[in-house]
Amino acid sequence: MFLNVKTAVAAIALSAMAGSAFARDLVINFDDLNPGPKQGFEDAVELFKSENPDINVIVNINDREAHKTAIRNFLTADAPDVTSWYPGNRMAPFVDAGLFQPVDDVWADNGFNEDLAAIKATMSRDGKIWGVPYSYYQWGIYYRKDIFDILELEEPGTWDELLAACGKMKENGVTPFTIGTKFLWTAAGVFDYINLRTNGYDVHNALTAGEIKYTDPRIRATFANWETLINECGFVDNHASMSWQDAIAPFANGDAAMYVMGNFSVDGYKNAGLTEDQIDFMPFPTIDAAIPPAEEAPADAFFIPTNAKNVEDAKKFLAFVARPDVQTQWNKTIGQLPINSKADISDDKFIQEGFALLNAATGLAQFYDRDAPAAMAKAGMEGFQEFMLDTSKVDAILERLDTVQEEVYK
Amino acid sequence: MSDATHQSQAEPSWLSRNKLAVAPWIFLIPALIFFAIYVVIPIFESLWLSLYEWNGLYDADGNSTATWVGFQNYVKLWDDPNFWTSLRNNIAWLILYMLAVPLGLFIALFLNQTVTGMRFYKSMFFFPFVISQVVVGLIFGWFYNPDFGVVGTVWKAIFCEETTNILGNVTFTCSRPAPDILSSPEWATYGIIAAGLWPQIAYCMILYLTGLNNVASDQIEAARLDGAKGWKMLWYVVVPQLKPATFIAIVVTVIGALRSFDMIAIMTQGGPFGSTNVLSHYMYEVAISEYGERYGYGSSVATVLFGIMLIFISYFLWQMYQEEKGGR
Repeated sequence: MFLNVKTAVAAIALSAMAGSAFARDLVINFDDLNPGPKQGFEDAVELFKSENPDINVIVNINDREAHKTAIRNFLTADAPDVTSWYPGNRMAPFVDAGLFQPVDDVWADNGFNEDLAAIKATMSRDGKIWGVPYSYYQWGIYYRKDIFDILELEEPGTWDELLAACGKMKENGVTPFTIGTKFLWTAAGVFDYINLRTNGYDVHNALTAGEIKYTDPRIRATFANWETLINECGFVDNHASMSWQDAIAPFANGDAAMYVMGNFSVDGYKNAGLTEDQIDFMPFPTIDAAIPPAEEAPADAFFIPTNAKNVEDAKKFLAFVARPDVQTQWNKTIGQLPINSKADISDDKFIQEGFALLNAATGLAQFYDRDAPAAMAKAGMEGFQEFMLDTSKVDAILERLDTVQEEVYK
Repeated sequence: MSDATHQSQAEPSWLSRNKLAVAPWIFLIPALIFFAIYVVIPIFESLWLSLYEWNGLYDADGNSTATWVGFQNYVKLWDDPNFWTSLRNNIAWLILYMLAVPLGLFIALFLNQTVTGMRFYKSMFFFPFVISQVVVGLIFGWFYNPDFGVVGTVWKAIFCEETTNILGNVTFTCSRPAPDILSSPEWATYGIIAAGLWPQIAYCMILYLTGLNNVASDQIEAARLDGAKGWKMLWYVVVPQLKPATFIAIVVTVIGALRSFDMIAIMTQGGPFGSTNVLSHYMYEVAISEYGERYGYGSSVATVLFGIMLIFISYFLWQMYQEEKGGR
């Protein structure tokens, strides 16, 4: 009798194990509910399923903001096998807490070290690689081509040309730049670009890594250039009470002619009634010709949590999302750029220009609030907003940022 | 069985002997358990957490990644200009929010008459208290908007002229730019307080309206016979009888001012550059928001706010206790 019970238990346990081994669940958490990105992800998952019929893929798609909160719990409590997240400093807290696992082998086995070389530094921390990116997009200046045509302006390639163009716009009653700084990060885009053009990629990284002070003469030079931009070009009034979407209104109405933005904003312009002939893209002008070009190109990536149950298939999925054909199709759907250098791009003109821009870049910044730690990013962006409202406060702002920096990076 | 009944008759059990003393506690137990789980224990946990530095993460095995820092978070608070801005704003809220009490009283006096449709007017005045604070915040956010809000529209009518821009679209050129209340570091806090006053006045008004129902009419008549009227009548006869309502109105207003959060979160998110933060929102910002992740530091902000609230709450409780003792 006793023996019988024992064998029965063993049989049940064995069959349970066998069952789970055959089912091979792969749980993926994704963070974008917007129609385009959701479609791109779902299409990719369908393809993955058809290539791997033995894997049972379970997908959870969450809203972007909700995901930022949820990930802090689910990585410990109920870890999926794959989750989307951001590289750069945004992944640092999870890497440091040991919640992600390194995927160096995925990179080595699939030749990603060559094909994804541009993004490798951003995906690395403590000498290991932590995830695989599937998409990124360029930043730069979106401008009203029709206004430029009326004023007979060319795309300014240098700082002086930009200031001259601004002068002509202002004479004709056009505010050169629109921006909405209510949620702060848009101001960081302007700061990053002036800093990248004034001091280059290495200074950007050293600053966001806490290695140089905000009162450093090089950063002061950045702020001096920004002040020139504010005085000689100028931004729309009331920018502190507008979101980036609100700031499209003066741009669409023709009151403002340029917008320092990421490529995701193109949809917004089109929804505001602008056609492709009315808008165009240009790289942020050179300030110092000796500085090698570096661009902002925030990437989205997939990571494997330490507590993942099905690591083997998770790695298979990571290898899949960076494959050239997958990245080509996915990014065509979502209107962004594939990171794999062997992938093809769509014939959308903004994507084409962005692709050329990022291929010529010597460094890719992830954006101020992804490269700097959270507390520093918050204080920094508040400082940028304050500076845009009152440039005379620059000294007090920079000194305050130094204090925060000392505190954050200690 | 019969033996047992016999025994209990002879010697009543402990429970039945202490029935009167025990019964209230039995009824209180569920409430006490929930109060402990959701209020008391979290208070102590938060106090304890304020002595740690923690980014809110557990490692893969479920261990907290917090490190003990003692009172360092409080030392940091002392040197943190954002903390002092928040505290100053909290005081501004506290003082200006008090306006809700007299204003509520006057609206209540005004509405305390029998006119056709009075119920309708009353409900209209009470309306802002019924709708969510979030909605009030949104409405006032639009109201203040310099581009399409009421403020902006009125301003355009006075100071701006309609022109066409370079593309021939209609635009406005203003002799002076429209006031951007919610983006001005000086005025934004007052703008939010004004929005917060709207529902708070309604709340005080309803408290006074119920209070006015209990004002003794014989005393009013007696006072009238003695020649009291107008302000004197109000101050010496009506207001003293409204003392319980006034007390409650002040309590809810003080507490409402100290825990103001929704309006700020909706209207400015503490901006521009942190100048409209109050302690509760600053706590949220440093601990829970996207750029926060400093739970220990957030807890120390919460502790300070808790301390301030404790002063007021203990005073109110003491006052109520005295009142009850006097009433007996």
